[in-house]
Amino acid sequence: MAEKVAPPSPREITTKPRVSDRVFRGTVTGVGMLSLLILTLIGLFLALRGFQTFKSEGFHFLTGYKWESVTSDSGQVTNTFGVGAMLIGTILIASVALVVGVPLSVLCALFLSFYVPDRLKKLLVSVVDLMAAFPSILYGLWGYFVLMPMAEYWAKLLYKYLRWIPIFDAPQPFFERSPFIAGLVLAIMIIPIVTSVSREIFAQTPLDRVQAAYALGATRWAMIKTVVLPFGSSGVVGGAMLGLGRAFGETVAVFTVLNVVFKANFHILYGAGGNVASMIILKWGEAVGDETKALLAAGFVLFVLTLLINLAANSIVKRTLKSGK
Amino acid sequence: MTTTATPVVPQKPWQATPKEIAPTILLLIVSLLASVVIVAMTPMKGKLAYAFLFFVIGTTSLSIRKWRIRGRAAAADAIVSSIALTGAALVFTPVISILATTISHGVKGLHWSLFTQSMFSASYQDPISAGGLLHALVGTLYLILISIILSVPMGILTALYLTEIKGPGANFIQFIVQAMSGVPSVVAGLFIFASIIVTTPIKASGIAGAFALSILMIPTVTRTAQEVLLLVPNDLREAGQALGATQWKTVATIVVPAARNGLITATILGVARIAGETAPLLFTIGGSDKLNWNPFKDYQGALPFYVWKGLMMGTPESVQRAWTGILILLILVLVLFVAARTLGGRRMKSK
Amino acid sequence: MTLPINNDDGDNMSVEAAPSKSSLGDVASERAKAKMPGNAPLGSGLEARGIHAWFGKHHALSDVSLDFAAGTVTALIGPSGCGKSTFIRTLNRMHEFIPSAAMAGEVLLDGKDVYAKGTDVTKIRLQIGMVFQKPNPFPSMTIGENVLSGLKLAQLKVSDRENLMQECLERAGLWAEVKDRLGAHAGGLSGGQQQRLCIARALAVKPKVLLMDEPCSALDPGSTLRIEDTIGQLAQTMTIIIVTHNMQQAARVSDYTAFFLSDGGPGSMIEVGPTNEIFSRPRDQRTENYVSGRFG
Repeated sequence: MAEKVAPPSPREITTKPRVSDRVFRGTVTGVGMLSLLILTLIGLFLALRGFQTFKSEGFHFLTGYKWESVTSDSGQVTNTFGVGAMLIGTILIASVALVVGVPLSVLCALFLSFYVPDRLKKLLVSVVDLMAAFPSILYGLWGYFVLMPMAEYWAKLLYKYLRWIPIFDAPQPFFERSPFIAGLVLAIMIIPIVTSVSREIFAQTPLDRVQAAYALGATRWAMIKTVVLPFGSSGVVGGAMLGLGRAFGETVAVFTVLNVVFKANFHILYGAGGNVASMIILKWGEAVGDETKALLAAGFVLFVLTLLINLAANSIVKRTLKSGK
Repeated sequence: MTTTATPVVPQKPWQATPKEIAPTILLLIVSLLASVVIVAMTPMKGKLAYAFLFFVIGTTSLSIRKWRIRGRAAAADAIVSSIALTGAALVFTPVISILATTISHGVKGLHWSLFTQSMFSASYQDPISAGGLLHALVGTLYLILISIILSVPMGILTALYLTEIKGPGANFIQFIVQAMSGVPSVVAGLFIFASIIVTTPIKASGIAGAFALSILMIPTVTRTAQEVLLLVPNDLREAGQALGATQWKTVATIVVPAARNGLITATILGVARIAGETAPLLFTIGGSDKLNWNPFKDYQGALPFYVWKGLMMGTPESVQRAWTGILILLILVLVLFVAARTLGGRRMKSK
Repeated sequence: MTLPINNDDGDNMSVEAAPSKSSLGDVASERAKAKMPGNAPLGSGLEARGIHAWFGKHHALSDVSLDFAAGTVTALIGPSGCGKSTFIRTLNRMHEFIPSAAMAGEVLLDGKDVYAKGTDVTKIRLQIGMVFQKPNPFPSMTIGENVLSGLKLAQLKVSDRENLMQECLERAGLWAEVKDRLGAHAGGLSGGQQQRLCIARALAVKPKVLLMDEPCSALDPGSTLRIEDTIGQLAQTMTIIIVTHNMQQAARVSDYTAFFLSDGGPGSMIEVGPTNEIFSRPRDQRTENYVSGRFG
């Protein structure tokens, strides 16, 4: 006689948003998507304008060392465009910036996180943030007039004692306006971002592990070594990559300090070289026609490069921050 | 049994007393003297030698002392402490140097007519008393104003999308905003050149420059605004909706007003981000030396551009202009920065 | 055996109060017998004298004097916010990590004030170990490395690592479960196992005193019983102070119990005595209210 009772089926709960809400949500969503549109347009326009160059130069555009637009007597224009030399310079200068800037940033972040009393910490953190707000042309000006004379002396010392290492050698003892000095200026410019990302990550270190280490009789350094660094190292790598992205794209400061010459220079102490961004500025003034297009193509390369670095960096930082929660 | 009437005083027995700090300071003074002596006696010379020797001798002597009274672990701790302190000092020294040189070089060129004249009838090679930077100041103010109009609404609405709607694409958009904040400024300039200046009737002008600057400003505004909106407690939103208000009403009348100061801070930080940008302007504003009140037509000047020109000409007079220009730019950035801090600080306190 | 008696007027004096063995309850009496001074060469224990604690202006703990005889288990009970956790953190100087923290009074370990000028705080924490509320093994280390992590942190040398590791894990009651996977990461253990690993880790540096701050509050009842078992074993060789919210737990594991209470002002110790007395005939009405479950 048992009458089967149908199991209750889930009832759907829906609320139909009111008109004003739908307008609001639509507008906000639309605007939210705009940033995607802008980013796509940047890539699209630069690629489109540079398309001709990519087509004529092919892969050689990335590996070529020559940037020439020669007009023969008969009016025939021969173009050879390759940013290879400048890509090398970009990597070289950014490497100097990372090698100098990242250790200093990590030390500074450790100092701010674990060594300074609270009140001083607030002030110093503000100073680091202020560094990030300094215009890049200010770094260029200071780098050229203040840092350069000192750094030239350091370069001479490096040359004197370490020239047996190939990158510290130089074809001529000409140390002014070198990739080394440009790299030092960039190092100072990436310090705020790397420091603040590292600090943010160190602050996420799970407190219970910190206390466990101290309760076991750890000194401050022993605690940092066993708890903070294993937790934060991947995040610091992410921060360093954000710095790398900034160093790759920096234009004005590099152009001011560096003796921008279009040639491949592997000797960091020798005063010649350039990066993609500063090369664009250098060539822009006289560029016409095809060369302008080639410069836009170079801009596209720079855009893609920094975009990839930034995406990778952000996902690493995000993952580390999450793991602390 | 004694009854004491004196109240118990809070103490911090873990804090070092002057007597405990004294040996450390003494050791540092001795290290300083030792480095002076060594520099005098050996062929090493220069500031670098002093700094290096002082660091090495100071660190070694402090860590040896720690080793003797506390053991190996304490010695390692002492070494790392002094390395960390040195690292931080190396980070903050350039800031002090930058501020000091900018001020000392910049003030030499300050005079009143800077703010009343343009460079139209003067040359960069003239002594700085000729001409002024009014045209650049006006240009920069226009650039800032238009950039605010272009990027603040978009930045805040995007932040609202990320915090209020939390739509399916929120994570992705977050990713895109972060990617956008990494766009090199030179690329922003090239893009506006390639898209707007080449294809539309808008030619190099104030508005074209502001377009380029907005690309850099939007992500800054969005990210700061998002942080601020996340600080608005959820109970406020729920309270609004429990009262029967629509989401739109809740956001407009409760969430945004609660975050008002923070949103202003976001705007200011965005302005500070772009005020000194030079690279995008090189492709977009033309860099006029003439006062131009119309940001939609004809070449425009700007402070960073003025500095750039002065620097590139390279004569003592033009470089003096660059220093003075950068000083004014720096003051602008500092004012913005302090304003953002004060507003931001007040927001935190009221929470 | 010295027991501090807290007078009503807040004035402290210590009186010789040898608790009669017959009055000690069934659980603790056996152990207490074995640990009477003279029987166990465990050092002279830990002594807190007139401890006050502040966080900024907030006076969190007022005038607590308490003796922890060597080889005993003392439970600190009381409602939330009564200052018992703050109190045990003053004992191994973990209190000072909070920037605004301040204190007054003395903590004597073997007769020496741990707050005396020139004391090496890391040495104090090596002698007074601590186990926290939430199990917190180092996730980047293996189980074995976790046990020995204290030695690495304090840069102490040890001749026979394997033996020490085994001994500590055995004393913590974890050896049988992990002996085959000492090289595995600690994150794979259950909560209760992790907590026993934390106990083993604390034991490896051979502390004289072990502080336990609600060590079972994050664990299931089965794991709780195992930890209580471990505490019983450990008490033979060291002094244990345990903060707990669980009155049954206090009754099960401790020889002495101290009741803390805050009446709006700073927390203070209301009463201390042999555990069975505190639970059966407390002298103070407030203690009775608490242990009989009328509040808290």
